Amino acid sequence: MSVFIGMPGDFPANSAKAVQNSQLRFNLRKATHTIRGKRATVVGELPDWAELRAAGKAIKDHTLRHLDRYLVQLEEAVQRAGGQVHWARDAAEANRIVTDLVRQTGETEVVKVKSMATQEIGLNEHLAEHGITAYETDLAELIVQLGDDFPSHILVPAIHRNRSEIREIFLAKMGDAPADLTDEPAALAEAARLHLRERFLRSKVAISGANFMIAETGTCVVLESEGNGRMCLTLPETLISVVGIEKLLPTWRDLEVFLQLLPRSSTGERMNPYTSTWTGSTEGQTFHLVLLDNGRTNVLADEVGRQALRCIRCSACLNVCPVYERAGGHAYGSVYPGPIGAILTPQLRGLGSDLDASLPYASTLCGACFEVCPVAIDIPEVLVDLRAKVAHPRAERAGMRVAGWVLAKEVRLAKAQRLASRFRKLVPKRLPGPLSAWTDTRDLPDIPKESFREWWARNERA
Amino acid sequence: MSARKEILDKVRKAVEGAPEVEIPRDYRTTIPHDDLVAHFAERVDDYRAIVHVLPSAEVPALVAKVTEGRRMIVPEGVTLAVAQVVPEDELLTADGVLTGCAVAIAETGTIVLDAGPDQGRRALTLVPDYHLCVVRADQIVSGVPEAVARLDPSRPLTWISGPSATSDIELNRVEGVHGPRTLEVIVST
Repeated sequence: MSVFIGMPGDFPANSAKAVQNSQLRFNLRKATHTIRGKRATVVGELPDWAELRAAGKAIKDHTLRHLDRYLVQLEEAVQRAGGQVHWARDAAEANRIVTDLVRQTGETEVVKVKSMATQEIGLNEHLAEHGITAYETDLAELIVQLGDDFPSHILVPAIHRNRSEIREIFLAKMGDAPADLTDEPAALAEAARLHLRERFLRSKVAISGANFMIAETGTCVVLESEGNGRMCLTLPETLISVVGIEKLLPTWRDLEVFLQLLPRSSTGERMNPYTSTWTGSTEGQTFHLVLLDNGRTNVLADEVGRQALRCIRCSACLNVCPVYERAGGHAYGSVYPGPIGAILTPQLRGLGSDLDASLPYASTLCGACFEVCPVAIDIPEVLVDLRAKVAHPRAERAGMRVAGWVLAKEVRLAKAQRLASRFRKLVPKRLPGPLSAWTDTRDLPDIPKESFREWWARNERA
Repeated sequence: MSARKEILDKVRKAVEGAPEVEIPRDYRTTIPHDDLVAHFAERVDDYRAIVHVLPSAEVPALVAKVTEGRRMIVPEGVTLAVAQVVPEDELLTADGVLTGCAVAIAETGTIVLDAGPDQGRRALTLVPDYHLCVVRADQIVSGVPEAVARLDPSRPLTWISGPSATSDIELNRVEGVHGPRTLEVIVST
């Protein structure tokens, strides 16, 4: 799998290509609408959903407010339970730490649980450069990895692939795929089961992320469906978990909120099939926890943007977003697609590249994402705030300055409107030069014969 | 400067002057239910697991019946008998495992294992293809908050809601990827 970082193009260019792909649009529509429906059903079952959501939001905000204290508390608790804690300022440092830890075991192969944090830092590629092969074990991640592809959804990363494409990938890239493999989902899942089983039993080192870490007890929590997570967390002798510093919860009790919010928002189930929790070194295993910053403290410093750190990666916002549904995950050029990606990626990476600067515009600001977010992240608010921070093109800045000047004084606006009405026949349907970007996708509004204020003045007199 | 110090310093600087946040806990922490056992059984069934509810006196016979012909791992704390017991070191070739549980949750149809004597280490309920779990009625709580309160975080916990499943291929649900493909639950009343 390749890393997203440095991907060419910007969101408009990427999405323009994506919307031409009818298979992709069909797959995405089916997926997002199915999960969205399931979510609505199980969320509707809980009469106290609003109260859970309010608690979830407040717990996360409280944690972020005292993140320094809780990180230290977590570190002590993990160490007390026999685990080792490492701190990584950025992707390079985290990759170096993990690579050294794997090397110390003498192993050259590791199994991996699906983890957004390790995708964010490009861990698999870094390990490969140092002679260590990382095997993804989540079915969708396996499909993405074997297909040398990018994940396109937080929850179902291979959702852009249909069954016959998956069959082709397995036959071409999975050495032990049966020759008579059909494209039945059950047959494909069985092939993956057999392919990975021996690897699970053989592997001495596993790498995971975590959905939550509990400061009070030092406990890590992983939610999953397939059991590949349990395999990785349970069987190998060494477990290395790479976790963003914002994944903390203060107390064990706080799980009572998040174990209700996350499964229902994410897969639309009352509970996901498997949740594992462990505290420090468990059943004789060596445990390393790598705490990752990689831009998170910068996000934390932004009063508006810091709410993005409440995110629990449920992907509910992707499934309701009209833009994601049509553009697909790859257009966002990041492991975090969809509305949350549009606010998280440019904050984590900065607004320096064309792609990152275009992400705050990958939205119609319809607000559906805010409504379904289990921790009430006001994504439209952050999008608008980021738009104000993006460097704007000269033509746009000049246009805004003129508009500001005209709108500042009533007489100027009246004069401008009269002028516009008189020359309305001369206004082109499409604007020239850099302004054409605006009219490429919109019609210019017709200029009326007279402005409202003129009409009002005339009728007042009459 | 160490990474630890640098990160903690950046955090402190970032949140300096930020307002304190009160945590409202107005959600339900107990959910009264008339018939917890029936509710639990219905929710387990929803996951396409096999579920039985019967008086404790009849459990041994049912256990014997459903494990017939299966080479079973049985942790030492389990008092029920099966015909063919295999030792733990034959985990890879065993057909199934028989366990108890720590807590069960009615609302979500979840059983929670805490590696107690009647459950054994975590791999036992993971590697074999068949998991038979006997739940006592008094182990069933109504909702997630009550379960969290009953559990000990210092123990490794495994929350199980139905058999292993994936929806990664065109969102078609397929049961049994890496964990047991069959989960059978007996509620002993």
